Amino acid sequence: MRPLLKYLRNYKKELIFGPFFKLLEAIFELIVPMVMAKIIDNGIANRDSSYIITHSLLIVLLGVCGLAFALTCQYLAARCAYGFGTELRAALYEHISSLSYTGIDRIGTGSLVNRLTNDTNTVQSGVNMFIRLAVRAPFLIIGAAVMAVMIDLRLSLIFFVVAPLISVVIFIIMRRTIPMYKRTQHKLDRASMLTRENLEGTRVIRAFSRQQEEIDEFREAVDDIAASSIAVGKLSAILNPVAFMVMNLGIVAILWFGGGRINTGSLTQGELTAFTNYMTQILLALVVLANLIVIFTKAFAAASRVSEVFALLPEENGTARPDFTAENIIEFRDVSFTYAGAGDGSIKNITFTLRLGQTLGIIGGTGSGKSTLASLIPCYYRPTEGEVLVSGTNVTAFDLDYLRRNIGYVPQKAVLFSGTVRENMRWRKSDATDAEIISALKTAQAWEFVSRMPDGLDTVVSQGGRNLSGGQKQRISIARALVGAPKILILDDSTSALDYATDLALRKALRSDLPDTTVVMISQRTTSLRDADKIIVMDDGEAAGIGTHAELVENCPIYHEIYQSQMNEREGGSNE
Amino acid sequence: MNKTLRRVFSYARPYLIFFVFTVVFAAAGVALSLAVPIFIGETVDCCLGRGEVDFARLKKTVMTLSAIVCASTLFQWLMSLCTNKLSFMTVRDLRADVFNKLERLPLSYIDRRTKGELTSRVINDIEIVSDGLLQGFTQFFSGIITIVGTLVFMMTINVKIALVVVLMTPLSFVAASRITKATHNYYMKQSALRGDMVGIAEEMAGNQKLVKAFVYGDRAQERFAAINAEYGKIGAKATFFSSMTNPTTRFVNGLIYAAVGLLGALGAVGYSTFVGVMSVGRLSSFLAYANQYTKPFNEISGVFAELQNAVASAQRVFDLLDEEEIPDDSGKDQLTDCNGELSFRNVNFSYDPKIRLIQDFSLDVRPGERVAIVGPTGCGKSTIINLLLRFYDIDSGTIMVSGRDISTVTRDSLRSTFGMVLQETWVFTGTVAENIAYGAPGATREQIIAAAKAVHAHGFIKRLANGYDSVVSEDSGLSQGQKQLICIARIMLMDPPILILDEATSSIDLRTEQRVQQAFSRLLEGRTSFIIAHRLSTIKNCDTILVMRRGNIVEQGNHADLMARGGFYAELYNSQFAT
Repeated sequence: MRPLLKYLRNYKKELIFGPFFKLLEAIFELIVPMVMAKIIDNGIANRDSSYIITHSLLIVLLGVCGLAFALTCQYLAARCAYGFGTELRAALYEHISSLSYTGIDRIGTGSLVNRLTNDTNTVQSGVNMFIRLAVRAPFLIIGAAVMAVMIDLRLSLIFFVVAPLISVVIFIIMRRTIPMYKRTQHKLDRASMLTRENLEGTRVIRAFSRQQEEIDEFREAVDDIAASSIAVGKLSAILNPVAFMVMNLGIVAILWFGGGRINTGSLTQGELTAFTNYMTQILLALVVLANLIVIFTKAFAAASRVSEVFALLPEENGTARPDFTAENIIEFRDVSFTYAGAGDGSIKNITFTLRLGQTLGIIGGTGSGKSTLASLIPCYYRPTEGEVLVSGTNVTAFDLDYLRRNIGYVPQKAVLFSGTVRENMRWRKSDATDAEIISALKTAQAWEFVSRMPDGLDTVVSQGGRNLSGGQKQRISIARALVGAPKILILDDSTSALDYATDLALRKALRSDLPDTTVVMISQRTTSLRDADKIIVMDDGEAAGIGTHAELVENCPIYHEIYQSQMNEREGGSNE
Repeated sequence: MNKTLRRVFSYARPYLIFFVFTVVFAAAGVALSLAVPIFIGETVDCCLGRGEVDFARLKKTVMTLSAIVCASTLFQWLMSLCTNKLSFMTVRDLRADVFNKLERLPLSYIDRRTKGELTSRVINDIEIVSDGLLQGFTQFFSGIITIVGTLVFMMTINVKIALVVVLMTPLSFVAASRITKATHNYYMKQSALRGDMVGIAEEMAGNQKLVKAFVYGDRAQERFAAINAEYGKIGAKATFFSSMTNPTTRFVNGLIYAAVGLLGALGAVGYSTFVGVMSVGRLSSFLAYANQYTKPFNEISGVFAELQNAVASAQRVFDLLDEEEIPDDSGKDQLTDCNGELSFRNVNFSYDPKIRLIQDFSLDVRPGERVAIVGPTGCGKSTIINLLLRFYDIDSGTIMVSGRDISTVTRDSLRSTFGMVLQETWVFTGTVAENIAYGAPGATREQIIAAAKAVHAHGFIKRLANGYDSVVSEDSGLSQGQKQLICIARIMLMDPPILILDEATSSIDLRTEQRVQQAFSRLLEGRTSFIIAHRLSTIKNCDTILVMRRGNIVEQGNHADLMARGGFYAELYNSQFAT
C-alpha cells in the first residue's frame, strides 16, 4: 500500500478538503432534527408562528448548505480518485515496460494486464469512497450518539446497546456471506469455462456425439450456481430486515422509557422525536460503514497486488553500443541457463561461435531448449553461467534497446496487433517507407496475398489477427522483423504453418535479399537447415552435436536418425 | 421491448408461486413497515409532558408497535427468499436452455462468431437479465407500494399537507431522472473507453515480451497514456454525476421535510382553517412519511436505466435462442455395420454462395483405402472433412457411407463411424485420464494407459505431478505437441470404421512423430482413412491423393501417377527436399 501513496501527492488539497466538506454536511444533517425539536417544543408550545417560519427556513438553509458541501466533496473525491488512478496506471504501465522477461514471467502477462486494469480501478474507487464516506459514516454514528447523550444521558444508554448489537448482526452475517459470494463467483466462472471449452471443442464433441453429456454437465454446473446463490441469498436476506428490526425495537425501547422520562419532566416531546431520528441515522450509517469495510478490504488486496509489481526491479541496462562488424558476431562461452524457480537447467554448457553473415540452425525435440538458447542472444534472459557475446561484447553490457533494435525477432506464435498491416510493419522501424515495407513483405512471401487484399497495406488487422489465416499471419510476422534490414535475424520455428514450397521460397529470398544479415533459425525440418553454416542439435538442454550438416550426419546419432528418416522418405519416393 | 419482457417472464412461469408470494410478502412487509411511523406518532402523543403520560395507552401502542416491527421483518425476509428463488431458478433454466441451443446450432453459426461473444451471452447477458429484470422488478414493485402507501397514510393524517407533498413530487422525480440520465451517458462513454483501455493493455502488456523484442515500449506507452488520460477525465465526470444522487435526494427530502414541518407546526398552533389541527405525534409520523416518500423515486429511475440494459441483454439472448437449429433427425435410421465404403457423387458446396468452392466432386473409396488430401496452406482441405461429418451440409449431389446416403441417417450414428484427430487440439478441463477416455467413457485405467503408451504419451504423462489424474486444460502448460498426443490417444481407445487425421501430428517433434506413425499404421490397418498432412512423405503410400488448390480439387490419383504427371503435386512434393 505504502508505495502507492506517492501517487496521491498531487491531490493533497482534495484529500483534506473533501472529507472536511463532507464533515460539514454531516454536522448540518445532525442539526436538522434538533431544529425540528425546537419547532415542536418552542414554536408549537408557545404558539409562536414567526418562530416556526424562521426555523423552517433555517432547515431549508441548512439543506442548501448541506447540498453545496456534499457536491463539493463528491467533486473533489472524483477528481482525486481518478487523478490518482490515472497517474497510478501510467506509472504502473511504465514500470511493466521496464521489467525483464524474468520479471514478466514471475507475475505472468495475464495477471499483469489484470493488475493494470482491474486492480488499479479497485484501488481508485477505494480512494473515492474513502474521501466520501470514511469520515462521514463514523462521524454520523458518533455525532448521533453525542447528540443523544446531550439530550438525555440515561435514555441514550439504549444507543449503546442497540448500535453494537446491529454491528454484531452485520459482522456475523457478512463474515459468513462474503466467502459464500466468492464461492458462487467461482461456480459462475466454471460455467463460463465450460461454455468456452464447449464452443472451442464443438467439432470434437459432435464427432464423438457427446452433446447430451455436455448438456448434463452444464446443467449440473448451473444447478450448482442456483443452489449456492440461493443459499447465500437466504443468509444475506436476513441482514436488512434484522438490522431494521433491531433498530425499530430500539425505537420502541426509547418510546417506552422515554414516556417515563417525559412523565418525570426530564424529557420533552420534541426531544423524544429527535431521539428516534438519531436512531434511524445510526442504523443507516452502520450499514454504510459495513459496505465501506468490504470496499476497503478489496482495495487493500488490490493495492498489494499492484505494489507487488512495483517491487520487481526494472531490467538492468548497460551502455555499450558497438558496431555489428566483429568477425565473431555471436559467441557462446560455456553458457548455462535455468529459469527462475525451475529445478533443472534449460540450457547446459553451450559453447559455439558464429561468424558475421553466417546462418546458424538449431534443431531438436519439443522442450529441448531451442527457443531458450535463441532468447539469450537479444538478452531477453541473462545466462545463469557463462557469457553470451554479440559482436565481441557481453550482451549484459549492451544498451539493450540498441541491441534489440539491431536484432529482428520472429516468435514461434505469430501475434499481430490491431491496426493496419502498415502499422504492424512499422513496429521495428516507426518511419519505415512503403517501399521498405513492401520489400520486406516480398522477402517473407507475403506481398502476394497482401497486395491482393482490397485495401493492401491499409487492410485492418483485427485484434489477434483473426481475419488472417495462420500461414498469412506467420508471413506478416516474419516480414515485420525484416523491415530495416536487421543485423541479426532470429526465426523461432516460425515457418511451421507454411507449406514446403513457400518455406523454400522464403529461405531463398532471405539469402538473396539480406546477404549481410546473420541468421539464427530454429526448425523441426532438417531440410530447412541443410545449408546452414552451423547446426546445433539440442537434446534435453545440451548440445548433442554442433557442426555442418555433413559433419553431423557423420558424428551425431540423433541428427543422423532424423536425417535418415528423411532420406528414407526421399528414396522411397523415387523408388516408386 | 414488451415482447422481450413477456418472454423473460415466461421463463419465470414454473416459479409463478414464488412470484405471487413475492408480491404478497412485499405488499404485506412494506405496508406493515409503513404503519410503524403511525404507531410511533401515537406513542409520542401518549407522552404530552410532565405528569401527562398515559401509561396504559403507551403500553398498548408499544406492544402493537413491537408486533408490527417483527411481522414486517418476517415478511421482508420471506419476500427476499422468494425473489431469490424466483430469479436464480429462472436464470438457471434460461442458461441451460441457451447452452442446449448451442449444441443444436449449425457449425456455420458458431464458426462465424467469436467464442468470447457467445460465452458472454450465456454468462454475462443472463446475469444482467437477472439483476436488472428480476431483482429490479422487486425493487420497482416495493418502490411503488411505498409511494402509494406513504401517500395514503399521509392523506389519512392530513389531506392538505399531503397535497403539498404531492405537488413537490415532480421536484424529486425530475432531479432523480436528470441525474440518472447524465450518469448513464457518462457511464456509457466511460465503459467504451474502459474497453479500449483494456484492449490496449491486453495487446501491449499481454505481449510485453514482443513489445520489448521490438523496442516498441515508448510508442506503446504513448498510446496507453493517451487513452488513460481520457479515461481518467470521463471517469471522474461519470463518478461525480452518479455521486450527486444521494446528496440531491437528501436535499429534496430536506425541502419536503421543512415544508411539512412548517405547515404541520402552523396547523398545530392554530392556523387550522388552512391546514387543520394536528398533534405533535401526528406531525412526527407525517415527517417520517415525508422522509420515506421520496426515496423510491431514486430507486425507480435507477431501475429504469438497468431495465433498459437488461432488455438489451435479454434480446441478445433471445436472438441466439431464435437462431435456426439443425433439424432434429432422431427419427431417421441409424447407420450401423459400416463397412468403410464411401463415395462422393457430383458434390457441390460453398460456404459463401458468392465464392464457389467444391464443384462437381466425385470420389469412390473402397473399404480399407487410404485417402490423402494435400495442398498449400489455407486451400480448404478441411472442407471435405466438414462435409463428411455433416458439420456443413452439401448444396447438391450425394455423399454415401457404407452404401447409405448420409443425409438419410442420424448425424450421431454417422459421426460415430468416424474417429477424428484435428490439427486444433482440444483438451478440456479435467484429468488426463478423462481426456483420453472422452470417446469411450467406460474405458478402464489399463486401457487408457495402453492407449497413451501406444502414442508415446505415457512418458510425459507419468512425469506430470499427479500422473493420469493431473488436471489439465487448454492453458495448463501442456505443449501443443503434448496436447496433440492426448487427442491421438483418444482415438486409440475407440474402434471407428473410418479414421480422419487432419494434420494430426503437426505440432509433434520429428522423433516422436516417427514413433506415433508406427502406432497410426497399426490403427489404420484395415480401416478406411482420410489423412491431411503438410509433410507429403507421410501420405505417399495412400491409395488416392486429392490435390487441392484454392478450394478446388486440381489433381487426383496415387503418388506414382501424380509424380509422373509432373503437375502441381510433383511441384509440392519436390519442394520439400529442395534446398
